[in-house]
Amino acid sequence: MGEAESVGLLETKYSRRKFIKSVIAVGATASSAGYFIGGSGLLGAQSSGTAERLITLTINGQQRRVDVLPNETLAMTLRYRLNLTGTKLGCDRAECGACTVLVDGVNQYGCSMLTNQVRGSSITTIEGLENPDTGELSLVQQAVIDEGGFQCAFCAPGFIMSMTAMVNENPNPTRAEAAHALSGNLCRCGDYDKILNCAMRAAELARSV
Amino acid sequence: MAIIRDMIPAFELFQPTTVEDALALMAEHGEGGWVLAGGLDSYDWFKDRIKRPEAVIDLGGIDELKGIIDGQDGLEIGAMTTLTEIVRHERVRSEYILLADAAEHVATPQIRNQGTLGGNISQDTRCWYYRSGWACYRAGGNTCYAAAPQAMNREHAITGTSRCVAVNPSDTAPALVALDAKMTVRGRRSSNVYDAEDFFIGPATDITRMTVLEPGDLLTQIDIPSEWANAHFYYEKVRDRGSWDFQLVSVAAAFKTSGNTIDDARIAVNGVAPFPVRLDAVERLVKGAAVDEALAIEAGEIAIQGSRPLKHNEYKQPMMSNLVRRAVRSVA
Ligand SMILES: Cc1cc2nc3c(=O)[nH]c(=O)nc-3n(C[C@H](O)[C@H](O)[C@H](O)COP(=O)(O)OP(=O)(O)OC[C@H]3O[C@@H](n4cnc5c(N)ncnc54)[C@H](O)[C@@H]3O)c2cc1C
Ligand code: FES
Ligand code: FES
Repeated sequence: MGEAESVGLLETKYSRRKFIKSVIAVGATASSAGYFIGGSGLLGAQSSGTAERLITLTINGQQRRVDVLPNETLAMTLRYRLNLTGTKLGCDRAECGACTVLVDGVNQYGCSMLTNQVRGSSITTIEGLENPDTGELSLVQQAVIDEGGFQCAFCAPGFIMSMTAMVNENPNPTRAEAAHALSGNLCRCGDYDKILNCAMRAAELARSV
Repeated sequence: MAIIRDMIPAFELFQPTTVEDALALMAEHGEGGWVLAGGLDSYDWFKDRIKRPEAVIDLGGIDELKGIIDGQDGLEIGAMTTLTEIVRHERVRSEYILLADAAEHVATPQIRNQGTLGGNISQDTRCWYYRSGWACYRAGGNTCYAAAPQAMNREHAITGTSRCVAVNPSDTAPALVALDAKMTVRGRRSSNVYDAEDFFIGPATDITRMTVLEPGDLLTQIDIPSEWANAHFYYEKVRDRGSWDFQLVSVAAAFKTSGNTIDDARIAVNGVAPFPVRLDAVERLVKGAAVDEALAIEAGEIAIQGSRPLKHNEYKQPMMSNLVRRAVRSVA
């Protein structure tokens, strides 16, 4: 895909996004939304790759059929095709952590992997943390509310995903260990002390269940 | 700083499941092909449109390249093993902690969870002129922008240069040199095993490459011989921030000792040259010697003999000297 076309992807994003939201709101299967974007000609003529275009991803426990380009990152697919905009793009260069998602439970940068690399994996985004039936928040989300972490909170989804990976692996971290586990996430507001309070509170909640 | 340009330019994506298939695809696409491991060195090149491969060959589906097994002599590590797996591996931790230590100093948890050992040692230099697409020697041009009078060269080399002054950025590279690791490289028709020391090459050998790998070559395995298992190890990396950053200078050392006498030693430094530098002269000095402060100081002095700073990286000389001094001192 050429540069001009790709710019188009972002320019049309907003009007499309509204449209997709309404599709989801009226209860049409969300999984067809991704297919619809690709199929709508939004991306114009495609170069042909050998990896298949229409693939199935497992996201937040759901199977999602989605049309992806071979050169598309997971963060792009999540945000612009599946409307899962909780995953942020800060740098698009593996330098900030805003795009952190879980791939088979492991925290990784959504901006720095091809969607096609995680076809067979289970992906969790910030939208997938709450209980889908009851809406109950995850332990980590609850801990963040308890401790009032974050200022502008642009970095929060990424941090929360890393905290989730951390408590699953080690619910008994020292503060230094928590800092190490979260050292792939940047907070531009510099709210690290409170973010670490959240992490320690999350671990405490995890130990008590 | 990088500009978000929203989309990586198009390429064909291949996802072979065997080494044979990968080699065939690489042969078919030649210079237009790109081997993708974790992708954490690759994506910047693609996003910045400096490298525009036609075909990307993703090794992620090749199981035979993944994992760590007990070999006949030491450990055999598949090139696609992630850095996190190395950091956590029981036997790496108990016998070759030097490697786990070095791997744990790479970038961030997320990068270690995805980045591979093969990719870490095969990664290209981070010289910002080269990475920005300037037509320097390494990129096939006829100048080195980093050595020009107004150049910003705080992070560049103080030794081992030849026209190009870029440094090798890998944290695991010096540890692998110190452990005398062996790299298996497979081409379409042949397979070669290189000592870690020879796997990394300088600009005097080939200014366009950091390693022996040529288009069509696949690094399949890294062996850690038992020779240096449970040696006394020392690793230290100096960087600007405690996370994310590449080394300014790092040292990786393995010592065989009796009491505070050094019987044998392998010491490597990175961040100072286009390849990890093995410090033969220091090794000769310390072998058979009892460690005291005088020996440590002398080791540090010998380490930087012959090095020559650029305009903005004079600090690397005392930094390298001190790191080597501390490595030797750690034995006492
Ligand atoms: C923000 C950031 C910070 C970083 N900080 C550090 C750091 O502190 N220390 C450090 O050491 N590194 C650092 N890196 C560099 C690097 O991304 C990681 O070290 C990682 O290990 C690279 O591995 P990969 O598998 O992701 O590489 P890839 O990008 O997949 O591969 C790197 C290169 O090696 C080639 N290659 C990979 N595997 C093979 C193989 N088996 N055979 C032949 N060729 C192969 C690829 O074609 C490519 O040219 C950083 C990267 C980023 C983006
Ligand atoms: S957006 Fe992925 S790390 Fe910054
Ligand atoms: S709270 Fe603003 S970036 Fe972290």
